[in-house]
Amino acid sequence: MGAKMFGARVPRLEDPRLLTGQGSYTDDFHLPGMLEAAFVRSPHSHARINGIDTSAALTHEGVVAVYTTADLPEHLRDTTVPFQVPNPAISQPFQQRLLEDREVCFAGEPIALVVADTRYNAEDAATLVEVDYDILPGAADCKSALEDGAPLCHSDSPNNEGAKYTVGYGDLDAAFANAHLTHREEYWIHRGGGFAIENRAVVAEYDELDDMLTIWSATQSPFLVKQNVVDMLGWESDKVRVIAPDVGGGFGPKTVYYVEEALIPVIARDLGRPVKWIEDRRENFLATNMERDQYWDMEIAVDADGMLLGVRGRMIHDTGAYMPWGIISPYISATTLPGPYVLPAYELETRVALTNKVAVTPVRGAGRPQAVFAMERLMDRAADKLGIDRAEIRRRNLIPTEEMPYALGLIFRDGKPMTYDSGDYPKCQAEALRLGDYDGFRARQETARAEGRHIGIGIANYVEGTGLGPFEGATVRIQPSGRICIYTGGGDSGQGHWTTLAQVCADKFGVGVEDIDVQKGDTGKIASGVGTFASRIAVNAGSSVHLASNEVREKAIKVAAHMLEAAEEDMDIEDGRVVVKGSDLSVSLSDIARAVQGMPGFSLPGGVEPGLEATHYFSPSQSSYCNGTAVVEVEVDPDTGHVDILNYSMAHDSGTLINPFVVDGQVQGAVAQGVGNALLEWMVYDDNANPVSATFAEYLLPSAPETPNVAVTHVESPTPINPLGVKGAGEGGTIPAAAAIIAAIEDALSPWSVEIAGAPITPSMIVEKVRKRG
Amino acid sequence: MKPPPFTYHDPRSIDDAVALLAEKDNAKLLAGGQSLMPMLNMRFVLPDDVIDINRIDDLSYIRDEGDALVFGGMTRQRDIEFSDLVAQKIPLMKEAILNVGHRQTRNRGTYGGSLSHLDPSAELPTVSMAQDAVVSVRKKGGARDIAMADFPMGYMMPSFDLDEMVTDIRVPLWPEGHGYAFVEFARRHGDFAITSSAVLLDVADGGRIAKASVTVGGVGPAPLRVTAVEEGLAGETGSAELFTDVAEKCRDIDAMEDVYAPAWYRQHLAAVLTRRALAKAFSRAANGTEMTLR
Amino acid sequence: MSDRRTISVTINGETFERNVETRLTLADFIRHECLLTGTHVGCEHGVCGACTILLNGQTARSCLMLAVQADGQEIKTVEGIAPNDQELHPLQQAFQDNHGLQCGFCTPGMLTTLLEFLENNPDPTEREVREAISGNLCRCTGYQGIVAAALDAAKRLQAGA
Repeated sequence: MGAKMFGARVPRLEDPRLLTGQGSYTDDFHLPGMLEAAFVRSPHSHARINGIDTSAALTHEGVVAVYTTADLPEHLRDTTVPFQVPNPAISQPFQQRLLEDREVCFAGEPIALVVADTRYNAEDAATLVEVDYDILPGAADCKSALEDGAPLCHSDSPNNEGAKYTVGYGDLDAAFANAHLTHREEYWIHRGGGFAIENRAVVAEYDELDDMLTIWSATQSPFLVKQNVVDMLGWESDKVRVIAPDVGGGFGPKTVYYVEEALIPVIARDLGRPVKWIEDRRENFLATNMERDQYWDMEIAVDADGMLLGVRGRMIHDTGAYMPWGIISPYISATTLPGPYVLPAYELETRVALTNKVAVTPVRGAGRPQAVFAMERLMDRAADKLGIDRAEIRRRNLIPTEEMPYALGLIFRDGKPMTYDSGDYPKCQAEALRLGDYDGFRARQETARAEGRHIGIGIANYVEGTGLGPFEGATVRIQPSGRICIYTGGGDSGQGHWTTLAQVCADKFGVGVEDIDVQKGDTGKIASGVGTFASRIAVNAGSSVHLASNEVREKAIKVAAHMLEAAEEDMDIEDGRVVVKGSDLSVSLSDIARAVQGMPGFSLPGGVEPGLEATHYFSPSQSSYCNGTAVVEVEVDPDTGHVDILNYSMAHDSGTLINPFVVDGQVQGAVAQGVGNALLEWMVYDDNANPVSATFAEYLLPSAPETPNVAVTHVESPTPINPLGVKGAGEGGTIPAAAAIIAAIEDALSPWSVEIAGAPITPSMIVEKVRKRG
Repeated sequence: MKPPPFTYHDPRSIDDAVALLAEKDNAKLLAGGQSLMPMLNMRFVLPDDVIDINRIDDLSYIRDEGDALVFGGMTRQRDIEFSDLVAQKIPLMKEAILNVGHRQTRNRGTYGGSLSHLDPSAELPTVSMAQDAVVSVRKKGGARDIAMADFPMGYMMPSFDLDEMVTDIRVPLWPEGHGYAFVEFARRHGDFAITSSAVLLDVADGGRIAKASVTVGGVGPAPLRVTAVEEGLAGETGSAELFTDVAEKCRDIDAMEDVYAPAWYRQHLAAVLTRRALAKAFSRAANGTEMTLR
Repeated sequence: MSDRRTISVTINGETFERNVETRLTLADFIRHECLLTGTHVGCEHGVCGACTILLNGQTARSCLMLAVQADGQEIKTVEGIAPNDQELHPLQQAFQDNHGLQCGFCTPGMLTTLLEFLENNPDPTEREVREAISGNLCRCTGYQGIVAAALDAAKRLQAGA
């Protein structure tokens, strides 16, 4: 058997193409006769539309058509985006129409679509579309939106409350009555957006000969796009194919379905020509979903030793003007808060507020960073007030390893009771503290202070449900050439699925990963699929590849046994050949594949079905729970408010690792987004919910000098939930980042007794806090 | 985000360029493009004519005139960065230029373009103000010099007319052995500064300050010479107490305010950065002493 | 009636002659007229760096240039970095060996930027590398793999030189 692929740091198969500029992203397609589209979008956060005049736009050079609601097929004029993930707690599930002609509810909402020979001409014509607006007041902030008399996000609704629900368990009254110490605090956590470097993009082509509509979209979920296109537009499922080509980053916003993904196909069919729409960065700021604000009003109760007795409170979540993904993000927040701790009693009431801003749907971390922030800050407060070290109070409360699997008493987003399946929380924390030299920190801090430098350390723990169902399948097929091809439904926006899924398969056939092709994100290549989000592909698709490969392996051996007239028990697979152990007899997988193609009149060997392939849709029984600990050391300049991250250490447990190289990259990238959340990324709106920070000059992404190296140590607690023992690895780096960084800043500024109850924190906010304390 | 339609011109001489400026009443000059192109792509400006001056020979040079360096208006920021002349003779500019944007923007961005755009926290205008540069502008049928003190008219509004263009900038030199420091605070490396402080000190024997130039950028609508600080330094002997005290006067500067940086913060940074810049400049002066201030 | 010019631009050694609108950006010219789609567009306001190319050997943001400005000039894009179809340039190989890319969208701009940087700074420190790529945004990698690749490439280029 050749080198072991599974678990190895294999360099990626994806890289040579991408490094030489041979990637195929959606804007790279040039189809004969292709037209380009540009949208007319509302410049106002909230307005009534009295009329739309497209006459001037229609006569502009190069323009082929202009669409408003009235120009759409009748059955599409009032259709809204299908409601994904309904929940009984949702009282006002507003969904977006394809084009709006009555009341626009966020700046960027599309009103008209111009189609022309070039994007340049389309944009020119778009400026000629005249829209008569009556500007309405906007619900600008989720907290004030829930107060009496707040401007209504949607004029025809009674209020701005989109949903309300409570989660919890245990006897909170007793917990607080018996507490040695209680502490209440309010937190504001702002999360900002995904901001992949590639914007959204859709190309659609209707082929009359085939009666086939093909859609290329920079999406993470081609199957969800297909489902929604079929539902909304009433087309036959087998006449629609959605392909996610190379996608330049996803991070969540490209998971959900957007109106553009319906409109462009409709227009392509209507005009009989391929149509391309490439989102520009300005549109991305206005009309691509993001996460935004949560306000937490929380209270913690502990005993004299810092043992948790209870946590309770209220949270307000900003969902924007529409709820395409229901209440997934805030629900995840609510069920994430208990974290890795033994928490005897917990209750959180959540209210979801509608605001006149673009919808909130999950962005890397998906509601967890906010919950972790609240819990970890409460732990820090309890520690400080009791005079217990911040890491020590956590250590005392961590769920002991011997209590796994551990039932929380909550129901998760998959509808099942939350049970942490596996994980060694004490070991993880200990590893992170060791990696970050936590024990040596106070001495370092004293030395620094003597030099007039202010350094601080922060710690945060998290538990994360990953590997969300219902499934992600894989077909493993050995071609007559001997090459192995894997087909799977989720798209790839940088996760390296080709390499990692090939690694799962390769060892079973004794081949190298370079002998395996992986085709992903194409609804035409596998019957069913879901998408790449919620850190689910390694678990779901990886397990499917594993199971399907095993079936293929068994079949190959069965056929080979027949061909070589040997017993199956005497056979093995090595180097792409089925061999009879202890002999020279063997047959290549290529020959076996050829043998089961079928020749007219001859029965297939062994009486098997044709094809050397198998398809499997792995379905997890529940989420598999990752966990981790971040320990961060910072230096703060109290005069300018500048923060430097001196050291970033993470102990990360995502179960068995298929490719540690890839997992390290995921952790590092996720941490960078967490750094952004803590120090830089702030989507600013004015008092009327109009976006203010709508360029990269104002909305700040971390660049290389601001991003620390991340020291990662992997703890591997394999999950019993899937045959590989893997868990999702894409989001863990982001989840504790803001909590740990903010805690570290607070620690650095302890001479001024600064308290920080939110994120992001900016330099001027730091200086203001320092100056207040003199 | 595509530019609006315009008529493009690429004159080959300054005369042709100014002739176009005289003729066209809604024209924009295209120099390095690092400021104009984003505005065109976002359709924040809608010129009928774009006059590209990159093909004009003899607009990019750095000339040593003994008591000054003269820069052609189209001198690329990159050339300033790698110029030995600048490093030796205007070390303040060398220190500042490393904060200007990124390699890609410095390869294209120009001195004249930066001055014409006049972003309140841009490094080159701030240095030009510190060094009392003289900007030469030309129009069809005439040329004139504008002292840097008179150059800004308002927020991002230089005082030359729409039919004039910057042809060269004369930067007088400070005596050999002078102290200099350019200190800025930005959110990320290469971003426009929130606030910056540019200090030049002519230090005589014994650490006595013969002359001081103190300029802050990013506080007011244009780079500003803080004469109150300069007067507080003149004739005094450099010391930590002196620098700390005079820098505080920066808190009185009328400051801009926006959602990202409140006015008090800019004033505060002006004081902090000026204090640091004074110490640094004093350390570098031949007759100064080593000093670092928080 | 749009304002048009006929221009001749040499990209990776091949000359492209096209009649274009004068407002066409250089990035769009490279991608949609010359069909070299390796250069990417991420922001169109000069911040993300995905569109970075080498103009007469110096990096420039192609979204901030007009195609007509490149008339008669020489451009190198990511497609012109590898020595031939069979091999990668040491910088590209270093990226693969150090997991310096994930989605690949920022990568062409990173490569052109680092090519210029390493030519002028053959033995950089980590700090210098980070500052060199401060004008190139990456949302996937957290930069660590990119920095490792750049430092590794510096060594390889010095050894090979």
